[in-house]
Amino acid sequence: MHNIYLYILLMAAVTYLIRALPLTLIRRELTNPFLKSFIYYVPYTTLAAMTFPAILFSTGELVTAAAGFAAAVVLAYRNRSLMTVAAGAVCGVLAADLLLRFLVR
Amino acid sequence: MSLSLESSLKADRGQQFRRGIRDGIPIFIGYFAVSFAFGIQAADSSLTAFQAGLMSLLNLTSAGQLAGVQVIAAAGSYLEMVLVQFVINLRYLLMATALSQKMAPDLPTGPRLKIAYGVTDEIFGVSILKKGYLHPFYSYGLIFISTIGWVGGTVMGAGAGKILPGPVLAALGIALYGMFIAIVIPPAKRDHAVLFAVLAAMALSSVFQFAPVLKTISPGVRIMVITVLVSAFCALVWPRGGEDA
Repeated sequence: MHNIYLYILLMAAVTYLIRALPLTLIRRELTNPFLKSFIYYVPYTTLAAMTFPAILFSTGELVTAAAGFAAAVVLAYRNRSLMTVAAGAVCGVLAADLLLRFLVR
Repeated sequence: MSLSLESSLKADRGQQFRRGIRDGIPIFIGYFAVSFAFGIQAADSSLTAFQAGLMSLLNLTSAGQLAGVQVIAAAGSYLEMVLVQFVINLRYLLMATALSQKMAPDLPTGPRLKIAYGVTDEIFGVSILKKGYLHPFYSYGLIFISTIGWVGGTVMGAGAGKILPGPVLAALGIALYGMFIAIVIPPAKRDHAVLFAVLAAMALSSVFQFAPVLKTISPGVRIMVITVLVSAFCALVWPRGGEDA
């Protein structure tokens, strides 16, 4: 059995080191072009891989999750804020859920 | 640190701190909503409200914590946890590097270590838009208000999330993913290399989710492998110039 606090402390240590090392050590710009490019793409690939297909299972119902996903994509495509997109996804799920109950009944 | 910089920093500490809090209010609201959903997910993975709140206080990161909870739920190894956090949060390396350029060169290590605590996508986004060097107390204000939202939302979500009606609870599960979509899509619209990176990562992730054998690989390792593969591929095919990388 693993210790949850050890998990949390390991997470915190790794995350803090990543944040603190560049701020304290690197006082001039990175020069390795491959490394710079690799780091540039990391947020997009990480977030995309985390989001899909996991988002489709995030509500326990494939149809409502797909509706929320679609709502989020449309809002994000229109450059809405993080909060608006997150709220829009939740509303999309709720709307699909209501519609589904109405249709099934 | 030069005498003039030191005295000017001291002069408007309070004002800068309050300005940071003011600019951080939208982050506070967004973090509260998203971390509420995170708290619910953490509680579902049998973390207590205290443990979830502690995780939020010590990590202050959405993607990393969500992946962390997934590793904990799957009883993954400590090494897997370290590797997953390293790869997922590697983007902070870039952000912290960019932020280091926004600090007065003679800013001492102490303030730098404090500002490092609050390097997140959103705090970075607000900080990097400021003109001139960052005042450390502006950053402290920004980080202070954001952290209250993030930890407060987590604890309430983990502790009281269950009092919400079932369908609302289920719907909130999508909130974090919605935020990630909001981060990823606007740059993908403008830049075909980013669009490729996003679509390739999603396609590979789906393959890992459903293909025989591959689907036995834990979510943390899956995200890590895909991130490294696709980012390296894109870096080779579409290297970034100095202006945006």
